[in-house]
Amino acid sequence: MAYAFLVLFLALIGYFAKVIYFDSDSIINNAYNKRTDVYSQRIVRGDILSSDGEVLATTITDDDGNETRYYPYGKVFSHIVGYTTEGSYGIESSANFYMLRSHTFFFTYLLNEIMGNKNQGDTVITSLDADLQQTAYDALGDYDGAVVVMEPSTGRILAMVSKPSFDPNTLEDDWDEITSEDESSVLINRATQGLYPQGSTFKIFAALEYLRENNYDDSAFSYVCKGSIKGSSTTIHCYHNSVHGELTLKKAFAKSCNSAFASLYDVLDISDYCDFVNASLFGIELPTDLSSSQSSFTLTADSGQDEIMQTLMGQGQTVVTPFHMALIMCALDNGGVLMNPYETDSVVNDARDTVKEFTSVEYGTLFSEKDCDAMLEYMRYTVTDGTASDLDVSSYTAGGKTGTAEFSDSSDSAHAWFVGYAGATGYNDIVVSIILEDSGSGSEYAVPVAKKIFDEYFD
Amino acid sequence: MTTVVLESTKYIMIVIMALYMLISFVFSHSKWSDESRKHAVRTQRSVIFLIQLLGALDIFIYTCEIKSLIFFAFEEALFVFILVNFWIFYEDAPGIVINHMCLLLSIGFIMLQRLDFSLAIRQLAFSAIGAVVIMIIPVFIRRVTVLDKLRIFYAGAGIALLAIVLVIGSVSYGAQLSVSFGGISLQPSEFVKIIFAFYLASALCSDTEFKNVVKVTIVAALYVIILVLSKDLGAALIFFFTYLVVLFVSTGKASYLFAGIFAGALGSVAAYFLFSHVRTRIIAWKDPFSVIDGAGYQVSQSLFAICSGGFFGTGLFLGYPESIPVVEEDFIFSAISEELGGIFAICLILTCVSCFIMFLNIALQIKTRFYKLLALSLGTTYISQVFVMIGGVTKFIPSTGVTLPLVSYGGSSLLSTMMMFAVILGLYMYKESEDEYIQKRKRKEEKRANRRRDRS
Repeated sequence: MAYAFLVLFLALIGYFAKVIYFDSDSIINNAYNKRTDVYSQRIVRGDILSSDGEVLATTITDDDGNETRYYPYGKVFSHIVGYTTEGSYGIESSANFYMLRSHTFFFTYLLNEIMGNKNQGDTVITSLDADLQQTAYDALGDYDGAVVVMEPSTGRILAMVSKPSFDPNTLEDDWDEITSEDESSVLINRATQGLYPQGSTFKIFAALEYLRENNYDDSAFSYVCKGSIKGSSTTIHCYHNSVHGELTLKKAFAKSCNSAFASLYDVLDISDYCDFVNASLFGIELPTDLSSSQSSFTLTADSGQDEIMQTLMGQGQTVVTPFHMALIMCALDNGGVLMNPYETDSVVNDARDTVKEFTSVEYGTLFSEKDCDAMLEYMRYTVTDGTASDLDVSSYTAGGKTGTAEFSDSSDSAHAWFVGYAGATGYNDIVVSIILEDSGSGSEYAVPVAKKIFDEYFD
Repeated sequence: MTTVVLESTKYIMIVIMALYMLISFVFSHSKWSDESRKHAVRTQRSVIFLIQLLGALDIFIYTCEIKSLIFFAFEEALFVFILVNFWIFYEDAPGIVINHMCLLLSIGFIMLQRLDFSLAIRQLAFSAIGAVVIMIIPVFIRRVTVLDKLRIFYAGAGIALLAIVLVIGSVSYGAQLSVSFGGISLQPSEFVKIIFAFYLASALCSDTEFKNVVKVTIVAALYVIILVLSKDLGAALIFFFTYLVVLFVSTGKASYLFAGIFAGALGSVAAYFLFSHVRTRIIAWKDPFSVIDGAGYQVSQSLFAICSGGFFGTGLFLGYPESIPVVEEDFIFSAISEELGGIFAICLILTCVSCFIMFLNIALQIKTRFYKLLALSLGTTYISQVFVMIGGVTKFIPSTGVTLPLVSYGGSSLLSTMMMFAVILGLYMYKESEDEYIQKRKRKEEKRANRRRDRS
């Protein structure tokens, strides 16, 4: 009997030690843990680095012991790296406790503790590529919008830009000014929190639904575009009233023909279509520790004909975040399997010894391999023979879908979209999701941004 | 400067606490001579005093309040009183157990002063009452010779007390645990633990036939069911463990043990489906962070505390255990682990285990079957409570909100545990049968008389 209790207690002690030794770092790093202040009295907040070793955030201590957080890249990384003044945001928030823990050399740690000196907090190494981020930031120019660049095979986030941006170094001083401008909402990370009408990029779903229903054989589809198609009460026009003539589905996709896609209303099983879209991360929290918004898809099989036609070709009521579209592209480029997105590669101590390494974890399967093969081919065709022909270069193989999301009645104001992938021998594939607010057509404004990013990455 | 003191005392405390543990386990073995064991007990007392002193130093340095020193003076007076008490009333009770009791009380005092000074004062007052009560207990056991014949009284009194709580008890933290008499609120289930132990011992001391076992099982099941209905799942678990162990030891039949475990498992599953408060606890145990806004909040905060402290702790006052709700009672272990360190906390667990081992030793030496079972039963109640408490706050098992005996704040819990210790140590003096005891007494008297005669 005594032995039974002894075994129970040994198990309890063993478990207790295991929790402290192995699990504590991941347990502590929780927004509900209120110990930030307690830690920061004893630890100098650690640095944030890019994957290529550039310092994105560091703590500077002056002679009087006052600490300030310094962000060498200023506005470039502001949303993804975040801030700790005025609340916390971005990686500064999601990796908060890693930087407030110190795994410095045991003896140094002890000595500092007893002497009452602060220990150096651990450094967080992100998956962000400083050059790529800078390129994306510059490529957006003066437009508001967002860029997400990811590595589909792992889920690593390589770049995430949101404009308009703010300078985290002067955030405290600028706070009142920034928060009073309610229109531009500078603090919002448009990549993960901005909800946009998604324009023709949504044709991806209608095309895939057609292929699924017809066993990936699109030879039966043909359509003659006359520049517009009549719904029950409205007429849907192709962009700039272009007349696309005789089309296969692939060509309709590559040319982004609205009329052809609206005509799928008579062909597709709308209820199936809705189920398919809903299963693609709509209406749920995206798997990320960054602050994000839920995309919304409200169409049902009972919706009116006009709304269904609008949705099929990419207008309708649907709104998505650019990050969500990046995840869709990730899954398509990775055989349908979505890897959980993440932005921290590892945590190291002040001697660069690894404390914790983050690895890719599978989120789930969004598409079948046939879905992916067909869709990547369609997207490739968009580059070789369609709206993204700027990307038809020899140094890498790219594919994608443009979008032009009209958001008001005036036909000239539109958000330019591009989602796409690119690969080359010797490189991991990457995907991009790009939006430029109130600019113009996707092929004219968003594709060049993608080109700059691909050119930089596959250099 | 303050930090330097708090940091360095933390390391000293860990080292001396480990030393204390080592002594407990090495010298509890009977191969050592009486002389060296006495020496070990004295060394342990110095360690306890040192821990009290270091704790008082930390508290004074950090708060700079004179009341902490006054508290320390009263605390020392109390411990002297307790030690003298045992010396007079419990002649040859094992010193290590008395030390353990004092150590656990001291750690509780330190932590309570750090968390809420007013609670520490109340705890000190309760301990003083407890110290008086333990004087009476050996006399009580000696004088009242019908203790083993009162099984019907124990069964009735225990169930009645629990039923009263269930009906009129005030609701505290989702569980109906206490009743108030003129401003003093009591938790009868704490004392019912002792009554239950008396019941088991008296019911199983002479008759272990199947028919009797069924009767005992029905009574035990009633206790447990009332506790589950009162949402006091922790106590239900403790009673169930105790019942199982005593039944097994008294009958010697493993089949009862397995049948009991099976029935317990079945009952747990039934409770899971019948009661939402049971389900909530299970969900909060499986993944507290997924329900951190609700049922998982306490356990999550407890884990934050334990993990933030690590093996060496933050040092007294340098952590943030206040973030755990009811930290002074149900989660004091997490506070200790955070600020005094995981190693210190492990030593604390081992102290409790050592207590239990000593209790079992005592039970083995007692010849009268009723007293033997009583010691076993009380000891099992004690260790089960420790397990349910520490297992709960570390997420090893579902958290059920029980106190850590002698350490957690709470008058009822403190008094009942001190009484348990006193009864077991009181029984130790009965390890010989009554006749042998009387003869031994006589021999001693004669010796004394001889000595007196020699002198004169």
